Amino acid sequence: MKPSTAYRQYHPKWYRTRVSTLWWSRRWSYLKFMLRELSSVFVAFYVVILLLQLHALRGGPEAYLEFQEWLKDPLLVVLNGISFLFVLFHAVTWFNLTPKAMVVRLRGKRLPNLLVAAPNYAAWLAISGLIVFLLMRQG
Amino acid sequence: MIDNSSSEMPSHDVLLVGGGGAGLRAAIAVSEVDPNLSVAVVSKVYPMRSHTVSAEGGAAAVIKEGDSLEEHAYDTISGGDWMCDQDAVELFVNEAPGEMLQLEHWGCPWSREPDGRVAVRPFGGMKKERTWFAADKTGFHMLHALFQTSLKYRSITRYDEWFVTRLLVEDGRVQGVVAIELMTGRIQAITAKSVIICTGGCGKVFPFTTNANIKNGDGMALAYRAGVPLKDMEFVQYHPTGLPFTGILITEASRAEGGFLINKDGYRYLQDYDLGTPQPKPVLRSMELGPRDRLSQAFMKELDKGRTLEGPYGPYVHLDLTHLGKKIIDTKLPFVRELCLKYENIDPVSQLIPVRPVVHYMMGGVHTDIQGATPLAGLFAAGEVACVSINGANRLGSNSLTELLVFGARAGRAAAEYALQNKPVSAGIEAQAADEKKRLEREFLHKRSGTEPIAVLRGEMQSTMEKSAGIYRTGALLEEAQADIAELKERFRQVAIQDHSHTFNTELMAALELSYMLDVAEAVVECALQRTESRGAHQRTDFPRRDDERFLAHSLVSHRTGDRPEVEYLPVTITRWPPGERVYGRPAAKTPPG
Amino acid sequence: MAETITIEVARYRPEQEGEPTLQSYEVPFSKDWVVLDALNYIKDHVDGSLSFRWSCRMGVCGSCGMTVNGEPKLTCATFLSHYLPGPIRVEPLQNFPVVRDLIIEMTDFLEKLQSVKPWIVREDDPAPAKGEFLQTPEQLDNYKQFSMCINCMICYAACPVYGLDPQFAGPAAIALAQRYNLDSRDQGEQERMDVLSQHEGIWGCTFVGECTEVCPKNVDPAGAIQQYKLAATKEWFKSFLMPWSKP
Repeated sequence: MKPSTAYRQYHPKWYRTRVSTLWWSRRWSYLKFMLRELSSVFVAFYVVILLLQLHALRGGPEAYLEFQEWLKDPLLVVLNGISFLFVLFHAVTWFNLTPKAMVVRLRGKRLPNLLVAAPNYAAWLAISGLIVFLLMRQG
Repeated sequence: MIDNSSSEMPSHDVLLVGGGGAGLRAAIAVSEVDPNLSVAVVSKVYPMRSHTVSAEGGAAAVIKEGDSLEEHAYDTISGGDWMCDQDAVELFVNEAPGEMLQLEHWGCPWSREPDGRVAVRPFGGMKKERTWFAADKTGFHMLHALFQTSLKYRSITRYDEWFVTRLLVEDGRVQGVVAIELMTGRIQAITAKSVIICTGGCGKVFPFTTNANIKNGDGMALAYRAGVPLKDMEFVQYHPTGLPFTGILITEASRAEGGFLINKDGYRYLQDYDLGTPQPKPVLRSMELGPRDRLSQAFMKELDKGRTLEGPYGPYVHLDLTHLGKKIIDTKLPFVRELCLKYENIDPVSQLIPVRPVVHYMMGGVHTDIQGATPLAGLFAAGEVACVSINGANRLGSNSLTELLVFGARAGRAAAEYALQNKPVSAGIEAQAADEKKRLEREFLHKRSGTEPIAVLRGEMQSTMEKSAGIYRTGALLEEAQADIAELKERFRQVAIQDHSHTFNTELMAALELSYMLDVAEAVVECALQRTESRGAHQRTDFPRRDDERFLAHSLVSHRTGDRPEVEYLPVTITRWPPGERVYGRPAAKTPPG
Repeated sequence: MAETITIEVARYRPEQEGEPTLQSYEVPFSKDWVVLDALNYIKDHVDGSLSFRWSCRMGVCGSCGMTVNGEPKLTCATFLSHYLPGPIRVEPLQNFPVVRDLIIEMTDFLEKLQSVKPWIVREDDPAPAKGEFLQTPEQLDNYKQFSMCINCMICYAACPVYGLDPQFAGPAAIALAQRYNLDSRDQGEQERMDVLSQHEGIWGCTFVGECTEVCPKNVDPAGAIQQYKLAATKEWFKSFLMPWSKP
């Protein structure tokens, strides 16, 4: 079925609004969305730091010490702090996305979103706990 | 066969006025008769906005073991107080299950039994459980399934938001319509070999109605003006349970699931009106599951006895669902709960719902035979706008959704066959279309001298109708109404239009709709005045008895320019069920055949 | 309690003016009135030329979507009392061309809806007379919520992606495609995937999630799109790893 072909011949003067460049600032949900998109930059930043760290590790103990000194730069500490918050935010939004993308059923009933997301958080906690444990043991 | 090349006058094989349930079913039926037939669906709203969308409870068709076509037919006929044409009813109950299964195959999300079969629920006036439902949004799901299915047929062209102002009739047959394209204001003739009217009812003739704003009797008036008689227009159905103020419908399914109607003393008052004795569980054809006319009349009698409650929007009684529990309400009646919460700030799980009778459905309509054909060659009608008649003097809940499928399909097939005869468009059509354009400009678009506001005329018409053509009527009040409507028609000639724009002129549309409603109101009042008996939804306090001697007949009202309309009578077709007493809530004296 | 409330309505009369303006009206206040009642009061008693769509006044026909104080709403279900003491600003839905006053143009959606084949697709075509397709309540529940869409366009008005790129298929069309994909009676998933795995299909969505937030019928279009993405990704991997299994 198609709309009538005659429909568009007498084209009235429609008013089209343009989406403003600052559209994302109008609503908290939009802003949240933009922040989430932005968080990918910080995730990338983390990856770069990690690669640099590996590179330093390959360069021997001296190079690694130098790298650790470099990390103590206040600017980098602040940057790392901000990155950490964004990566946290990124992870939370991803985990909350899971129940949207996956419908899990148990005995014919759809599991509530919270329960579908829960294993993500559980795994996250467990892995973080393991890392903390390893670090503490070394220290 | 689509010919839109000349933008002057698009032409189709079959043209539908209205794109609701009946219209879409008919359009698909035409395409299935012959995919080469070009079909036009001309509707003043997008098809999915049509009022079919608001139907809640369900659609009746015999499907379960232990039920029979005879019983469905008998329930329908006795529910209609023997005013139904029995040949039409037999055919209707026969074809109903097939149509419902067809809709199931087109994706309608019917509620199911645990084994995957279609579930049915009880309904008012039905002796067996045979009402198919999609929770309590049955009309919504049916309409969207039909609309979405219709999208796959290439031969269907839609004219969305085109408002039809006139049928084009030449050489004794209908040959198309004149319509306004709302978006641009263009007034355009669209020709066709056959036309099906599917514009629904006319609830907006009354002030307090479940009907949507768009239900103005457009198609009835179009046919009436073209010389086609309207049938049984005095039979207007009041639904017993509408929300005060908004008129929002609380579906009969809420009573079928076990809801009680109680008066201000908490008393199930229906037991006082020969509708049976109260039981804790719903009993078919008894108490709250009696027919709508009887339940609405019982409300009026409670009002007379001073046993209703009084609110800011008039008297009301209570519908009690609290004993059903949250689980039943949420699975079977989620929309009822949503509507109560959103519009009345009431939770039916724990609170009583205020309800009162509200105009709901027009049993009468454009006179058609069982093929959907009107007396005017090439013109067909189906759905609420038509009167076949299977609804008689009172329609049973859940028969109308099925009716629009069965008779939508029949009208579609008949109109397709008619179009295949391929009669040419008469030469005079173009001149007629030009005349109509001039009329619209003269009477509305270019007129700046009008003094009568649309809303005032409409309001007066509605209160006249409520006062005189409501649940109980008298000859004296109807005569007054006759004079009032005539006066309103006269005043309408001076209707005030502030909006002279071509772009989406909703004021022009409202004026044209009002003119349609005035014609319909005139027909209702005239038929109600002439029928000096009480039957089904037509109750005359001055003639309280049913009179089969004189009035076992359909009224056919015809338009007479400059004069009162003329009413004739056509005997009801009786096949197997001779007129008997309508019995609810107790055993009948004689068991019905079948 | 306030006796009247001010409604600021966006007016656009294309035959007279180049762009919309706001016009203020005083209307009586009633706690039972919704925004639509106020608009009808204006149309009936103050200014008959005000244009807007409405029909059922019970939240199911989908006609009366408008922007109320910046938020897309069904005006028949939006009470005046929610906005006391006013004023209330009523504008047409965002992201659509405005035809006049509060009326938007939505042919675009209907074309998109048709493109995703929102009907039952079957390879076999058993006659209905042979009985219904069996479908358990659980199978019904799989797609039921996506079938509740009333095409009110509120999700499109809330979707910034659609605002920026009108080519994007949009929330409702994709949710309705998913409605049929998840229907046990349907066999058309592949055909729909061919349409929707395009760039303007599901991949246009960046998961703002606002469509689900604003939906007056609790449909979850954002969920539908994410489910679709997952299915499309699985499909891609499958065809990449096992090219021979291509349907």
